Amino acid sequence: MSATPPAGTASLKLARSNRQSPARKRADRFGDIALFVICAAAAVLALLVLILIAKEVIEGAQPAISKFGLEFVTNSEWAPPLEQFGGKGVILGTLITSAMALLIGGPVAISIGIFLALLAPTSVRNVISPLVEMLAAIPSVILGFWGLLILGPVLVSTIEPFLHDTFGFIPLFGAPQTTGNSVFNAGLILTIMVIPIIASVSRDLFMAVPRDLQDGAAALGSTRWEVIRGVVLPTTLSGMIAACLLGLGRALGEAIAVAQVIGGSTESHLSLFKPGGTMASLIALQFPSAVSKLHTASLYYLAALLLVIGIAANLLASWVGQRFGGAGGVAR
Amino acid sequence: MSLFRRGDQPEFDPTQPLVATGNLGRRHAVSRIIQFVAVAAAVAAVAVLVIVIWAVVSHGAKAIDWTFITTGYPTGVGPYLVGTAEVVAIATLMAMPIGVLIALFLSEYAGRRWTRPVQLVLDVMNGLPSIILAVFIYILIVASSKQQSGFAAAIALAIIEVPLIARGTQEVLRLVPEAQREAADALGVARWRSILTIILPAASGGIVTATLLSVARAAGETAPMLLLNSLAKGDAVQLNPFKEVPNVPVRIFQLSEEANPEGFTEAWGLSLILIAIILALGLSSRALLNRSKRKMTR
Repeated sequence: MSATPPAGTASLKLARSNRQSPARKRADRFGDIALFVICAAAAVLALLVLILIAKEVIEGAQPAISKFGLEFVTNSEWAPPLEQFGGKGVILGTLITSAMALLIGGPVAISIGIFLALLAPTSVRNVISPLVEMLAAIPSVILGFWGLLILGPVLVSTIEPFLHDTFGFIPLFGAPQTTGNSVFNAGLILTIMVIPIIASVSRDLFMAVPRDLQDGAAALGSTRWEVIRGVVLPTTLSGMIAACLLGLGRALGEAIAVAQVIGGSTESHLSLFKPGGTMASLIALQFPSAVSKLHTASLYYLAALLLVIGIAANLLASWVGQRFGGAGGVAR
Repeated sequence: MSLFRRGDQPEFDPTQPLVATGNLGRRHAVSRIIQFVAVAAAVAAVAVLVIVIWAVVSHGAKAIDWTFITTGYPTGVGPYLVGTAEVVAIATLMAMPIGVLIALFLSEYAGRRWTRPVQLVLDVMNGLPSIILAVFIYILIVASSKQQSGFAAAIALAIIEVPLIARGTQEVLRLVPEAQREAADALGVARWRSILTIILPAASGGIVTATLLSVARAAGETAPMLLLNSLAKGDAVQLNPFKEVPNVPVRIFQLSEEANPEGFTEAWGLSLILIAIILALGLSSRALLNRSKRKMTR
């Protein structure tokens, strides 16, 4: 014990070595501020880019906005050589395809979420979950190409005549055409793109529902479906709405796959089986070969409308998730 | 007596003995049907995946051989592959630091007050249709310079990648144990030192994962490439990003617009290569994420 110095000096030494030199202190103060500023700057940069996007696109659309005003939305004539531009046809096409994607894809995706989170054993879930997410990883251009070459012919030869014969009295199911490029095809491709998004979000939502609540309902004698219907779905309703809005945003904005399979017409019609167009796909198809300044500006106008709708859908999704978020308030 | 139609049943009286309602069979049947529907939906989704992948593999395998990969237009697709890698690499080099910094800001600096707005910006950015980003960069760069370029496309891709990287990084930063931060603080380590030397290294696995996923996403993005970088012919490798760079997605799109069976074969081959790369990136990032998560929570 005699070798060790008295306790007092040891702690004094430690304290001294731990005391920082003024230079290091200054460096640390500078480093702290610098890292904070850099990080904050990155966050601000993201905001600035977003604002710049809105500004540039709306400015680019200005000639078309001042020429056509809001009538752009209700005018269905899109004739580049005549300098006549009205977006009714493609806006209608956008609404129809997106609605189709949500109406088919939403329930299917939520069912998948139920299966993955509540019904499947863990081993099955660990296989199926990544496969469903893989569906989201397929590039849209490949999905569109598949829709064009494989899905289209199948639709024309079998499904469209069947739907027309059965539900032909509804204007949506008009006479089948000779080509597989149709609004219907685009709607189905969008459905495939929307499903994995909504499915993985709703799976996470359902997994977050407290086990106790479900067990409680089951103990009261509920069947499995009654547990889901009475406990799981109500607590996650807001999250599911948010998920569907995310899917909607994706469906509204998809340009490439839709451009490949929809046939590229700007006519305003309700038939699912005729070629049509959506706002995003029209931009993709006509932008590279726009014939005049006004033509380009009108495409910018479409982009601006799309931007507004897209941002609104996102904000709404975030707001719904936040405002009504219960047990599963996590929007994603 | 369904549990959930409260309106049409008499007031519940807890003193009464429980009586079977007699329609348990129906309730079970309904439950079973719904479960069947859920299983069927999952099977349908997997079936669609298998059908699409099978179509790409069976058609694409016929197109791919050595000359297809190594030579340029018209016999092969080499320059497109190199070009896509080049543009995506540039985009990722731009997006990764910004994404990581934003994630650091969110997890280390932003209090409650700033987290939500920044998160919202990221969400909106993530939800923006890529065609709008393409139009934006077109106005900003291509329209003024009158020159399409791989670089312009790379900027658009970077905007797509930033929110993905930021979100993924943020999620792993959240997993870094609070005790490590506190230990560093207790030792008197300055904040920026502990962030750079303790927290970031601990999260590096997750950052790489997020980056790989964003690369997979960017590699297949077609809209920005189509508007900003679609005029290259593809007969030679173009290493200068300030010129039009040949790339895979635009080539597939252009081939699908031409009704030419030989072109279709080439497009299937390209699709197969692209999908293989994207799925490989996705799978490896998943494996990496699991490994680093295990390491961190141990």
